[in-house]
Amino acid sequence: MSKILLVTPERCTGCRTCEIVCSLKNEGVVNPARSRITVIKDVFEGYEFPLVCMQCEDPICMAVCPVNAIYVNEETGAKEIDYSKCMGCRTCVISCPLGGALVDPVTGRTLKCHLCHGDPACAKYCKTKALEWVDVSLANQRKRRASVEKYTEVVKKAERLR
Amino acid sequence: MVMKRKVAFVDLTKGKVVKEEIPKDLRLKHLGGRGLNWYYLYNNVPPECDPYSPENILAVGAGLLTGLPAPGSGRTNIATKSPMTGGVGDSNMGGDFAPEMRYAGFDHMIIRGRAEKPVYLWVNDGEVEIRDASELWGLDVIETQKAIRELHGDEQIVSMVIGPAGENQVAFANVMTGMKNAGGRGGTGGVMGSKNLKAIACRGTTDLEVHDPEGLLEYFAEINKRAYSSRWAKTLGRLGTPLLYDVSYTTGFIGTLNWQYNTPGDSGKPLEAENLEPYSLKMVACFGCSVHCRHRVRIDRGKYAGILGEGPEYTMMGTFGTLVGCNDWEFVIKGNDATNRWGIDNLSLGAVLSWAFELYQRGFITEKDTGGLKLEWGDQDAILELSRMIVEREGIGDVLARGFKEAVKHFGDETEYYAIHVKGHPNLHTDERGIPSFSLGIATSTRGADHLRSRPAIDLFQLPEDFLESLYGYRVSNDFTSYEGKGIMVWWHELLYNVVDSLGICKFQTVFNSPTSPRFEDYSKLIRLATGLEISGEELMLIGERNYTIERMFNVMNGMSRKDDYPPERYFREENKRGLPFMKGRKLDREKYEKMLDEYYRQHGWDENGIPTDETLQKLGIGKPAKNFPEVE
Repeated sequence: MSKILLVTPERCTGCRTCEIVCSLKNEGVVNPARSRITVIKDVFEGYEFPLVCMQCEDPICMAVCPVNAIYVNEETGAKEIDYSKCMGCRTCVISCPLGGALVDPVTGRTLKCHLCHGDPACAKYCKTKALEWVDVSLANQRKRRASVEKYTEVVKKAERLR
Repeated sequence: MVMKRKVAFVDLTKGKVVKEEIPKDLRLKHLGGRGLNWYYLYNNVPPECDPYSPENILAVGAGLLTGLPAPGSGRTNIATKSPMTGGVGDSNMGGDFAPEMRYAGFDHMIIRGRAEKPVYLWVNDGEVEIRDASELWGLDVIETQKAIRELHGDEQIVSMVIGPAGENQVAFANVMTGMKNAGGRGGTGGVMGSKNLKAIACRGTTDLEVHDPEGLLEYFAEINKRAYSSRWAKTLGRLGTPLLYDVSYTTGFIGTLNWQYNTPGDSGKPLEAENLEPYSLKMVACFGCSVHCRHRVRIDRGKYAGILGEGPEYTMMGTFGTLVGCNDWEFVIKGNDATNRWGIDNLSLGAVLSWAFELYQRGFITEKDTGGLKLEWGDQDAILELSRMIVEREGIGDVLARGFKEAVKHFGDETEYYAIHVKGHPNLHTDERGIPSFSLGIATSTRGADHLRSRPAIDLFQLPEDFLESLYGYRVSNDFTSYEGKGIMVWWHELLYNVVDSLGICKFQTVFNSPTSPRFEDYSKLIRLATGLEISGEELMLIGERNYTIERMFNVMNGMSRKDDYPPERYFREENKRGLPFMKGRKLDREKYEKMLDEYYRQHGWDENGIPTDETLQKLGIGKPAKNFPEVE
């Protein structure tokens, strides 16, 4: 695995373009209710957070699936559903603590993100880079850099106060 | 044709709903959104209809591309006979509403009648129900939306609602969704209130089919990039519409102390766009938009601590800013919050408030009229109090709430000169007298004084005339103080903005402030990929002409003509007193204005009195109005 779908909620503007393109690319229709990614937002409280399967290293969905329908796509690292096995019991939907899997309200199928088989549309169309398809090492470095920047800012502030 | 989309005809008096499929030929003639709304209005609302009577129609429409992968496709159009002008009352709103209405199964709601008691419409996956709203009546815009979500136990419901201003039938009340998205202009909120309709709540999981999914995704990436990578869009995404303030107050085209001045000058410095940054938490966006032009703001300290909101937009900087002599961002944020909760059009409110303040300054009204309230410029408490009185229709507020036409009757004919309006519709806070194209635009706008019908903002950029010729198809002057070719410029933007409003796309994603943004030909391709309809760029212009002429005919039916196509008299008589050297001393030239108006009429194929000729009507296929609201039992 070399790439990761990196979510940075602070950058999300709540535009839901990810939902439109996900449903169109994967279901052939526009329908946010059938998107594998959802922006959980509340404009009245003032937050927006793109929610999508995190492609866990030790996925609960895989562990609980009674028919072993979830498998790892070795090329992309995505945990995908083999629909020839899936019986739609929703155990994965219930078990996932992150809300990564969902039920398609039109077909009743269980859905989860499969990283568009290596080219996630949500990241491609996310203009503010709240969603990015990036190298793992780059993502790591970015997170660490951000933390250092925060730290140096605090130090500078403390110096000014002295 | 993949677009088997529906219109719901709702009769609130009878409590009945009729659902019909929208025929393809109506799409080819009018597209959707604003165009289709006015097709229904033109045919079903006769001249004798009073705007607040049950016979008036409130039409709510999603554009042809609303909710699809198209740049800024979250717009909703709301149309009605305006209580302010007696003609076209029309407004356009961002947010998430129309997309959700589409996912709930409907493209248009054509609503007439009056419910006996307060009701709301519940629109869910192909069904429309009229439900009791007695618990919602009296709540403000934000409380109402939260209450509906709670009532249904569904946080994904998106509602279009009215606040207290709409309930009280304030002439310039609006309809709203989310924290700040307003179908602001034209008085749609009061009409909705007169129907006892508090809200339309939508929730849906219905597929929107697309003609060529792969092709659309590919083209969307390309056209979207063009829309958001312009310098204009990038700055807008950082500063929001307040960025316009820096240009307008330094140059000198922002109404100040009710258009007595054209800029506050140096005293307006505190309101510069950058000074909003300390209050801004983040930039947020409407549905499907990559420009993200609105701030989320919070005030933590001081008199107005505790406010969490979205915006404020540039217009609010007039209403609670330059127009009334304030230059305090916190007060602008406070005003934004208050007007959003009341559900009142802040643009109109600004013109009406500042008019009252100037009448007070000049002694036309006194403390006796105001109930003891001193209308001193810059007095924040007085500004807020007078606004509240308008919303609650208390004392002098009740007079102002009726709109300019009625209020002038009350205060006397000589007060009309200070009322900055066209066709009875209050202007936004810009001062157009130094810019002929802007002046013509507010004057000919079918909904009365307004910028979003035609404003050719790119006129300010002094672009090469060869480029302008390639855009407009005619030679026009690139000097924004000139009258040459500006009739053509306004005409072209009227058609473009009509098409954009009929597609459900935001003006910030078309040739409004950015010359390189998408236009007719680009939309032609988007429409083909999304719906399978083949409509060329030229045909789109013709649709824009047809739709615009139908609105014009609606106004003509209601007694309007050339006499109603003039900017405020003040623009002809009083010179700009401040601003940059080329703006100072400028006012409108009557003779040149008349010529520009003639050119504009010719371009539309209207006669010299501004009436569309028989030939034009025939060419566009516009017949006499014929009622087609289905009779319900």
